Amino acid sequence: MRKPLLEFNDNGIYCPPGKFYIDPWKPVDDAVITHAHSDHARWGSKQYLAHHLSREVLYYRLGEISLRTIGYGETVVKNGVKISLHPAGHIIGSAQVRIEYKGEVWVVSGDYKLENDGVCEPFEPVKCHSFISECTFGMPVYHWKPQQEIHNNINQWWRQNAAEGKATVIVGYSLGKAQRILQHLDLSIGGVFTHGTIDNTHEALRRNGVQLNAATRITPDTPKEAFRNAIIIAPPSSAGTPWMRRFMPYDFGYCSGWMALRGAKRRRAADRGFVLSDHADWEGLITAIAATECETVYLTHGYTATFARYLSENGYDAHEAHTLYGDDEGGEAQAEALAAESENAALAEGDSL
Amino acid sequence: MKAFAQLFADLDETNKTNEKVRILKDYFVAVSDQDKIHTLALFTGRKPKRQINSTLVRTWAMEMAGIPGWLFEESYHVVGDLGETIALLLPGNTSSQDKSLAEWIEEINHLGNLDEEERRTWLRASWASMDQQERFVFNKVLTGSFRVGVSQNLIIKALADLSGLDTATLTHRIMGNWDPLTFSYPQLMQEQDASDDFSRPYPFYLAYAIQETSDQVKSAAQIGETLGDPADWQAEWKWDGIRAQAIRRGESFIWTRGEELATEKFPELHDFLADLPDGTVLDGEAICYSEGHPLPFNVLQTRIGRKNLSKKILAESPMVFIAYDCLEYQGEDTRGLPLTSRRKILEDLQLATRHPEAFMISPVVNFSGWEELYALRMQSREYHAEGFMLKKRSSVYQVGRKRGDWWKWKVDPLSVDAVMVYAQKGHGRRADLYTDYTFAVWDGDKLVPFAKAYSGLTDKEIGQVDHFIKRNTIEKFGPVRTVKPELVFEIGFEGINQSTRHKSGVALRFPRILRWRQDKKMEEADTIESLKAML
Ligand SMILES: [Zn+2]
Ligand SMILES: [Zn+2]
Repeated sequence: MRKPLLEFNDNGIYCPPGKFYIDPWKPVDDAVITHAHSDHARWGSKQYLAHHLSREVLYYRLGEISLRTIGYGETVVKNGVKISLHPAGHIIGSAQVRIEYKGEVWVVSGDYKLENDGVCEPFEPVKCHSFISECTFGMPVYHWKPQQEIHNNINQWWRQNAAEGKATVIVGYSLGKAQRILQHLDLSIGGVFTHGTIDNTHEALRRNGVQLNAATRITPDTPKEAFRNAIIIAPPSSAGTPWMRRFMPYDFGYCSGWMALRGAKRRRAADRGFVLSDHADWEGLITAIAATECETVYLTHGYTATFARYLSENGYDAHEAHTLYGDDEGGEAQAEALAAESENAALAEGDSL
Repeated sequence: MKAFAQLFADLDETNKTNEKVRILKDYFVAVSDQDKIHTLALFTGRKPKRQINSTLVRTWAMEMAGIPGWLFEESYHVVGDLGETIALLLPGNTSSQDKSLAEWIEEINHLGNLDEEERRTWLRASWASMDQQERFVFNKVLTGSFRVGVSQNLIIKALADLSGLDTATLTHRIMGNWDPLTFSYPQLMQEQDASDDFSRPYPFYLAYAIQETSDQVKSAAQIGETLGDPADWQAEWKWDGIRAQAIRRGESFIWTRGEELATEKFPELHDFLADLPDGTVLDGEAICYSEGHPLPFNVLQTRIGRKNLSKKILAESPMVFIAYDCLEYQGEDTRGLPLTSRRKILEDLQLATRHPEAFMISPVVNFSGWEELYALRMQSREYHAEGFMLKKRSSVYQVGRKRGDWWKWKVDPLSVDAVMVYAQKGHGRRADLYTDYTFAVWDGDKLVPFAKAYSGLTDKEIGQVDHFIKRNTIEKFGPVRTVKPELVFEIGFEGINQSTRHKSGVALRFPRILRWRQDKKMEEADTIESLKAML
């Protein structure tokens, strides 16, 4: 049997003939990066290849790295292996990586969603023999509504809060969700503010030539009155911290695919949960995989065992792959676990107060 | 049912009490009287009879969703709620309808007349006509797993605001044995006399704990400062049984504090009840009792857990009623009389009984000063009691939990009933058993974790709880399992402090499990308000 073109080793997804890695989780000599989320783009490799629109965010997050960027559809050859990037529709600059060697084609999806979010280049299926797909939401209970409906709900909620003189705090991941929220706000309702972390990301994207709606960075000097009928976009890490107090009185909404389940929303103690995801839902995953016309699927992120079993029953040669991905939305499952644990730990500490 | 489904969605979207009351009021104004009474029935635990068993509901849902059984089960594991799982799995609706809640409940109640194939057709067509939120609420009603996110108090508050009736009157009217099919909303709002419903109990008057402070157990002097002249107060032992109301109105009825009609569970009490003058209602403690003293609570618990009361059980755990109040006498509501007058009536009734072995009276403990009572309290266990109940002699019998006139003063100073929500494996000898639990209390319809505790159960109980946990895990997070909330435990602790680090807003000092309350449903666990009231 021929060796697979890509394999999962201790460092990441490795291409033996090409001698490069895709989204390695340990420092390597040569790294191809699907997108700038921290679980896919890690620090310490000697050189990086990514899409043009990932450039500034990668510099911002990883510092001085040796980086080459290319456009979608452009081909780079490494040791006889052809590499090209194709839109994944996940976040700005996100790409699927297509590998071709001696007529065999593999595609690494990175993270992806099928719906055009109006912010990043929409997903394009790429035909291949083997497909390494994420399956963060690979359970049939996840079914996304059209994003316009969600954005309308967000605006309506904001409008109502503004009418009641309350601030509106909306939480979403700083790379991806925050831009999606910002670009779909009804700016006639009130002012838009961003947490420093999100503003930093936005500055990086602007340096990359990305046009984004204007938003004001929150500083210790921002007057409290400015928040009254404004919307504040904040990262998940700020939820429930004293930083939020300055917005009182406010309503707090959480934007994530996990909000599809009542229990997940309850654990975050959000007033409102908006089911908005940058990952494919169940139907989306099945559609995307079918469109590749692949025979073999390797699954990363989330419900890999369940989804692999389902695909196997439906005629695919499907495998679970063990990776360290899943720090953005996918990682929220782990974050949830940690939250539950730390809640427990904190409670345990409470024993000895 | 669209309005009812929307009510649920709206209630889900706020954590604020006032907002919930406003949402309820808006709903009650908008829907028909029929829907109002059905809503009230559902919100107070009066569920329609389950007409389709949940295995069939699952089977037909899988079929309609087009997924295999194993995938359905995994989905259920992820979601943790059957009604919600089905609502999420079914394909989008192909039609719609505007049937009211009352119309849907009528259809559900008529399912008994249909055969299995007709039920299947009906259920599939029903699902196909509903959006996700409607399906979720509908599934809950259909499978009899309806649990509401709002406390009964909020609903009563909303209805009181709308009707102009006071909350005590409404609380009383919605107690007892009514059925939304025969009892109407206008009837609920009309002046009523006791003859409407012979079984209807009065709302229980519940006491707060007096020494609940964050830092220290109150001294006798501090108790005296709070309560004043000892001559104004009556002290009784606090019994560790089941609070119950015994009613004699032509027939006999026994209600527990959980608003459960439990007449059949207490056969020993039937004779004395039948012998009471017509129109009598007593408040007291149903408790196992033998050789002149009460038996430990776990004896009672074992008995309550049994479906059939065998001769053996009856012999091992004989039951008596220790009365401490009289709420109705000669058909008149006596709750407005001062305690001294009610006590006199109670004593006369007890003197007249031909069954003093079953109808006892809680003795008044004589004391001349708080110091004396304080010392006596320390001996509570010798008297098989949990401490004292302190009642103002002039007090009327109030509705619900109120401060001021009645206090409980327990030996184990602080405790709450809580629901187990997380479990973790123990160490050493118990490394393969789930022995460390996290407990939660209600905050509206949500359970907020507030304490972690491990000690206090017997090995046998730990085995049973471990078995439950392994079969009822919703999610696994590393070593932690999220457990289906169901089991209730009484948690004792030494102190309570405000805490910003905990989601519950409180931190407990030395929490421990006092006992497993197998007699309690999770709905009966305490609320975050009752915890915060101890701060
Ligand atoms: Zn990502
Ligand atoms: Zn990812």
